[in-house]
Order: sequence, then C-alpha cells, then structure tokens
Amino acid sequence: MTNHWRDIKHADVILINGANPAEAHPVGFQWFVKAKLDPTKGPGNGGGAKLIHADPRYTRTSALADKYLRIRTGTDVAYFGGLINYVLQNNLHHADYVKNYTNASFLVNKDFTFNDGLFSGYNKDTRSYNISTWAYQTEGDPLPGPAGTTQPKAKRDMTLQDPQSVFQLLKKHYSRYTPEMVESITGIPKADFLDVAKVVGEMGRADKVMTIVYAVGLTHHTTGGQLIRSGALLQLLLGNMGRPGGGMNAERGHANIQGNTDHAISWDILPGYLRIPAPGQKTLDEYVAASAAKKSDPNSQNFFGTNYKNFMVSLLKAWYRGAAQPTNEFAFNFIPKPAVNSSWMSIFDQALKGKMEGLILNGMTATSIGPDTNQVLQGLSNMKWLVIMDPLPTTSSEFWRAPGMDPAKINTEVFMLPATHWIEKDGSFTNSGRWAQWKDQVLPPEGEARHDHWVFAEVFDRVKALYRQEGGKFPDPIFAMTVDYADARKPTLDEIAREINGKDLATGLQMTSFANLKADGTTTAGDWIYVGSYTDAGNMMKRRNGISDPAKNDPTGMGFYPTYAWSWPANRRVLYNRASADIDGKPWDPKRAGIQWNGTTWVGDVPDYGATIDPKSPTAFLPFIMNGEGVGRIFSNSMGDGPFPEHYEPIESPIPNPLHPNQSEDPVAFLYDAAAGRPNRFGKVADYPYVATSYRLTEHEHYVTQHVPLLVGLQPQAFVELPEELAAEKGIKNGDRVRVSSQRGKLEVAALVTKRLGPVTLAGNVKSYTIGIPIHWGFIGVSAEQNPKLAQYWLANALSPMVGDVGARTPEFKAFLVNVEKIS
Amino acid sequence: MAELTRRQLLKAGAGSAGLALIPFKNPLGFDLRAAKKIQMDFRLAGAKEVRSLCPYCAVGCSLIAYTKEVNGKTQLLQIEGDPDSPVNEGRLCPKGASAMQLATSSRRVEKPLYRAPNSTKWEEKSWDFMLDKIAKNVKASRDNTFVAQDANGNVVNRTEGVAFAGGAAFTSEEGYLATKIMRTLGVVHIEQQARV
Repeated sequence: MTNHWRDIKHADVILINGANPAEAHPVGFQWFVKAKLDPTKGPGNGGGAKLIHADPRYTRTSALADKYLRIRTGTDVAYFGGLINYVLQNNLHHADYVKNYTNASFLVNKDFTFNDGLFSGYNKDTRSYNISTWAYQTEGDPLPGPAGTTQPKAKRDMTLQDPQSVFQLLKKHYSRYTPEMVESITGIPKADFLDVAKVVGEMGRADKVMTIVYAVGLTHHTTGGQLIRSGALLQLLLGNMGRPGGGMNAERGHANIQGNTDHAISWDILPGYLRIPAPGQKTLDEYVAASAAKKSDPNSQNFFGTNYKNFMVSLLKAWYRGAAQPTNEFAFNFIPKPAVNSSWMSIFDQALKGKMEGLILNGMTATSIGPDTNQVLQGLSNMKWLVIMDPLPTTSSEFWRAPGMDPAKINTEVFMLPATHWIEKDGSFTNSGRWAQWKDQVLPPEGEARHDHWVFAEVFDRVKALYRQEGGKFPDPIFAMTVDYADARKPTLDEIAREINGKDLATGLQMTSFANLKADGTTTAGDWIYVGSYTDAGNMMKRRNGISDPAKNDPTGMGFYPTYAWSWPANRRVLYNRASADIDGKPWDPKRAGIQWNGTTWVGDVPDYGATIDPKSPTAFLPFIMNGEGVGRIFSNSMGDGPFPEHYEPIESPIPNPLHPNQSEDPVAFLYDAAAGRPNRFGKVADYPYVATSYRLTEHEHYVTQHVPLLVGLQPQAFVELPEELAAEKGIKNGDRVRVSSQRGKLEVAALVTKRLGPVTLAGNVKSYTIGIPIHWGFIGVSAEQNPKLAQYWLANALSPMVGDVGARTPEFKAFLVNVEKIS
Repeated sequence: MAELTRRQLLKAGAGSAGLALIPFKNPLGFDLRAAKKIQMDFRLAGAKEVRSLCPYCAVGCSLIAYTKEVNGKTQLLQIEGDPDSPVNEGRLCPKGASAMQLATSSRRVEKPLYRAPNSTKWEEKSWDFMLDKIAKNVKASRDNTFVAQDANGNVVNRTEGVAFAGGAAFTSEEGYLATKIMRTLGVVHIEQQARV
C-alpha cells in the first residue's frame, strides 16, 4: 500500500477492483465502512464516501457498495481505460498536479508508435520488444548520474500541447476506450459505467480524494502489471497519489508477505528492492549504472538512484563483513547472477526439464498453489529431494501419496521438518500498510518443533563444515558470510533485526537514517528501507502507543500514530507525501493534510522530502524523489509490454479482443510450455465455454486452515459457485456434484448455485458466464480426512494455466476457460 | 458415505476452543452472556498478557494472548484482539478469532519425518539425521549445478539446481536470514507468495 489501513477512512471515493475486502480482509474493511458511514463526519471529511466495486461476483463488498459493476474477469485495463478517457475527454484531470507532478509534459521520441495492438519495436520471433523508441526527446548538456553515468535532460512542453507530449499521446491512446468499447470488453452496461465515471471524474478536484484498492484479482493475469499501472495512471491524472485518503493500495494476503518481499525472497531483487545483478556486470559501478535510475531533469533528486551504491555496499558489508573490501568490489562476485527469469513457475518449469534437483518449501505448498497442479506434481516427482518446513502436513509434504500418485514410482527423497508456529517465536510482521510490528513469544515450541531460522542457520553451518572437510565449488562466500550471532546455529530474531537495521562500523552505533549509508565500506544495512527500525534507542517495531490516547499518540489527527510500531521507509505513513501539498507547500486539501511547509520546515507525516527544503527555492527538488524524472510516470519504459497499458485478452478467452482481434492476447506474455517445447495445454472456447475465476473465503486462509476445525466447520467442503441461469441450462441443482474441467485437469465438487454470479454480454452479442472457484481445498486436512472419496479432486489449481505476465510472471489464476457438467 | 455437516464440526470445534463462539441464548429464556463474562474474568484472572499478531492475512491485527504457568508449562488461555491497535481496534475476523485453535492444534507434525525414495511411508527420524542428510543434499546439488562462468565468460557464481520458496508466513527476520543464506549458497530460484 502507498497508504495504510486506517487511512482509507479519509477517502471520498473508494474504487475497488480485483478485491473483496469485506470477506478477504474483513477487519481492514472497517476503515472502508468508516469512510462511508462515520456519523461524526460529513462528505469531504472522511464521511459519506462512495464505494464502487467492480467484480465478476456480487460479494459482501458489493453489498455495501454504492455501485456494483459486474465486470468480466481480467478486463480491468479496459475499465480503468474508460475512466481515464472520460476524465481526459471532459477535462476533469487535476491540471496543476498533472502539469507539475507527472511526466505529462515530457516529449516522447518521434518514432514511438502504437498500431493494431502493438507498440513500436515488437519482435514476434522472440516475443519481446526492443524499447529504444519508448524514450524521451532530450536536450542540453548531459546531467551527471550514478556511477559516472550521464543522461541529457528530457524535453518538456509545459503547455502539454505538443503532439509528442506524454499528455497528447495519452489522450490519443485512450481515445479508443469509449463507453461503448468498455461495455463490449468488460460487459459493464454503458449507462452503469457512465454513472461511475461521473463520480470518479469529480475526484480530480483538489478538495476531493479517491483511493484505489486492489488485491490479487488484479495481479493474477497475463496483464497483471498493466492492470495495476492503469489504476496508478488514473490516480496520477486525478492528483491522488501521495495524499491521505488516496493512493494505490494493494491488500496483501499473508501475515508477512510484505516484510519478506521487502527482504527479497524474490528471484529478481536483493533486500530493499535493489536489483539482482545480471551476467556481464563485472564491477559495482557497472551494476549500479545498469540498475539505478538516472536524472532526466536537473531538479530531480533521484534519491534512490543517487544512493544505490551506498545501499548495495552497505548490504554487502552486512553479509560479508571482512571479506567485502574496496579491493574486491566489496565481494560483488559473491552475489549470484541469474541468466533467466527464476520465479515461481520457472522452478517447476526447470523441474519438468529435469534441471531442478532440490526444493525447500517453507510455509508454502506448491501442490495447492499451482498453477497447473498436475505439472507441479510431475515437477516435484522429477526432483531428487524436497524439504518441507511447516508445523502441519501440507499437500506438498504428502504429494507422493496424493490421489492418483504411485509412491513406489516417485524417486524424490522427502523431508518433513516440524517448524514452530508464529506464536512460538518473536519477530516482526510487516502488514499491507508497511507497518512493521513486533510480536513477542507466547508459547514455547511444541514437541520437537524447531524455529525456521534455526533450521536455516544449522543447515548452513553444516554445509559450511562439509565444504571445509571436502572442498567443493566456490566455497568462498560460504566461508565469508557474516555470522555475527552469539550462537551460529541459534541466532535470535533480535540479533537479526539489529543486523537488518545496520550500523556504523567505526563507532559501532546502530544507523538511524539511510541517508547516512556510505559506499566506502564503513556502514552496514541488511535492508536499507528498514534503517531506523532498530536504533540504539531500541526496537521501534515494539512501540505500542495506540488509540487509547489519541491526543498524545496521533498529534496530527490524521491517524498516522507515529509511535505505534514502525513504518518503512523512515517511519513514513503515506508514501510520496510531498505530492499531498501544492507547489508552494500548502496541502491540496487542508482538511486532509499529509505534509505542509510552515515557512521553515515540513510538518505532518515524516516528509518524503528534505525536511527544510523551501518549496519556492529554484533548486527545490521535484516532488517524486524516487525516480529519475522526479515526477509521476504516466509514460514509462519500465514495463515489458508497453509504456501505456493496453487491454489484452486472457490467454484463454471467450472472445477475440474487440480492440484488435489480430492481436488478441498480450504479445509478450510468457508461455512456459511453448518456450520449453512441451505440448500446448491451453483450451479453446468451443470446448471450454465458461470463464472461471478463483477466490478466497472469509473462513479460510489458503490451505493451512484446513487444519482448524472451527473454520472447517464454517466452510466444510469444496464447492464451485455457479450462476442460476447456467445451472438451470445444465440441470444442476444446489448441492449436486459437478465436474469442472479445463484443458489441464478437473475438479469434482459440490455446486453452489447463486445469484451472485450472472451472465455478461460481450462484443455486442456474446453471452458469457463466469464460474467461481474457492481455492481452499485439497486432499489434506480435517475435511479431506472425513470425506476421503469426495476429496479426490479438490485442488482448484488443477485447472489453472501455466502462463505468466511478461515482467512479474504472475500466473493467470484469475481468468481461464472451463467446462462444467453434472456428475450423475 | 456420511458427509460432514457444519453442525457436527461446530460441535467438534466447540469442545476444544469454545471460547471463540458467541454464547447462544439459553432456551429457558434468560441471557447467559453476563454469566459467561464472569466465568471468563475468573479464567483470565492473574494471567499474563503477551502481545502477538494474527498469523493470517496482512491487515496486521494485534492480538493479546493470555497465558498461565501450570505445573511448569505455559498454558494458552485465550486470544483476543488488542483494543489499543490503530489497525484493528480490538476487532478480529473468524480466522483471527479462532487463532487459538491453530496455536494449540493437536494436528501438528510432532517429529521430523523422512520418506525415502520410492517408499510408501514416513519414518520418524532424529533432527540430526535429517539435517545431516539435507546439508549433504544441498551441497551435492550445489556442486552438481553450480555455474561459475557462463558461456560468454561472465562470472555468475550461481547454483541452478536448488530452489527456495516460502516466507509469507514467518517473520521478516527469518526471511532476511533465508535470503542471506540462499544468496550466499548461490541460489537464484528464490520465491515466496508475492506472485502466487
């Protein structure tokens, strides 16, 4: 989230797409309800907010919405596109913000084009773009950038009238997203769409603010990245980024998914979103030159780019202390350099190719997650060994005896390590709103259960001993890794938290600000965005100055609660908050100030800006300090499938793309099977006539709650949700058993026939049904044990396809084709 | 086949963690809530309060856990939402409200379990046996699949045949240590729940 849970109550409009907070984040949803119903406040003051929910299924979120739109899954680019077009056509954008706080005025290379679904530079053989034309026109002397790089200033036209300006290109691009086109693609009737557009269009006023809330209903598509960008773009046009009550807010689904994204359990990054180095980068400077943003305006602070090397060297010093020296590029060679994308599906793709020997799965079950469970099971069977660390059995620890598997034919050696529960250890979770909160240990470990970090530490220590005894491939990093813990095999989480924060090696004092990190090897930081979380004043994440004393604990009255837990970066509660104030430093809306200039300093939230930089100074930085432009990017070359979002159909779709049938799907979506030479596993609408989408229920959390009897009691059995009309056509009654099949696998479950799903009309006259599939069941857990025969085919992701978004490689869990039939 | 009903399960659940249920109105016509409150106060009298967090989604609801030492063993009595939290203000959803049943689950894996290749069953093993074998596997797979230089002569120092995935359910500190160790071992396939 750019903002945080409590902040949602400040919004005038809450636009919800690809999410169902009332059911999936019910306690967070209280802030949505407060925005709508808070009786102490009127409209514009955090009360009387309008809630708009676009979703294929009418959920409890829809029930509390002022407007519900039934949208076909995976078409939100077109929906947002229609809203963007409406705002632009009617001149409803926040003009000052767009002119000064975004790259609308930047001029784009004259060779940049977009024709019939393809941007300039497409190569159909490699299914990728050469992005050289996705660039700005430049002028003047080169500006100095990080690691000795230079880049000339981008040309701007502050009138926004130049036909090559981002603003004019944007208008042209989106002119195709008319209300009629939105209806044709999404199935949302034009009149309903226009009702919403009118409400959203008012949010470009300075005294109004809208938040966009989303979850994996937006990310789990081959266009996942662009779905999010579409929302961000709308928010930039309306001037809602950086403001309390605004922003782009991802509701994340696991207790610490945010914290461990920050700490880079992700193939493409190192802690603090530093990019993983690529082959060919021989020195730190080459790495920084290739990874860090460069200034395209003299007034751009380019904070991240400018400090990139400081952060990277401080990380290397944290990891390889004595072995990281200026003479060896601070052990830059110790960091592995991947050749190709190495994300989730790539693990199983490599296993299917016989190249993945072993997998350690920690609190995460591949069999249930999929996609394409049957291929995942084959992948696991191909591995030499599999380690599962979990407190409870999972569909992966038991994969070798899953229904239909023959254990005698599976060579994989499987280790099930009983891990401790969250409540048996201390440590921090970072929530969706970036608040790092420390928990204390409540119970001792149960039985022989061990802490995950003790297992990591001991396996590492044993591997190190083996290298000492036997030698082996490049043991240098293993010998050099800093093990600054009282017990190498039993580090405490307190010790690790201090390491993450980092210290000044000369004084031994904990770092207090990432601005003080250095590239000369005198500072450490395990994760620069967490500097300040654990200083010599103590563990800031433990702070609990909460709502019992709002006068003291929430001095601005804006719900920041700055001494409750700790929020990254720098305890800032709203990201990009310089943009919450106008050019002169006055809040766009004084009733909902983020930060403001009081003549000598910025006050309010922790400023995303030099605390004493006078906004009227000619050298004052541009508002967005993290990128090279210094302004929000409406046009960006950082996405692999285009500088502007474009609607593409899911890989399995009920209709050809109404915008450009010749380029129906995302031209650069990654097709794992095709790329590996395996047979195609996609189905066609003639064989699989219904759209399927998957989701969570309030009573379950993925798969672990299959072990919690109270929750199994509330939602006891696997089911799929079918629209009444379709069920009637098929002779299926509520409670009947049905088979749902895709090109890849099948489900056999009970049918829940509801009014919550219904048909939409696409492309003028195509009637399309959507089937809803909760993800929670499998062959493990209380319910499966009680219904062993029924539970044979309960894995929802047996149906989903192995295809990914070009950049993020999120699988298309939320839009694929199936058939459904009654089991007689 | 007898299908599990919601009622049976609620009954089964009530036996082990009934505190999370809303007291039903007594059929005799009087409200049991006051009596329940007194019973609860007795139960928690003298208990230690420990701050925790909900283990499920990423709203980040604060919990207060009540424990007591009984015969030298820590007993968990109750989990409630923390009323002082600006995030949840004491509220919990059905999952958070039943967190105690996850915390005290009788379904835990009690000992390390090993399945040999092609075996049809688990065998209970010692931690030493397991960690010794895992360390040997990690080293062997690292040595088998380590690429020091790619075809273009670039130093890449990567382990291609070992993958690590996890971390949405454990703490940031554990996750950071996992990243540090896996990268040090040269692992490139590192993933958690962010994409999936």
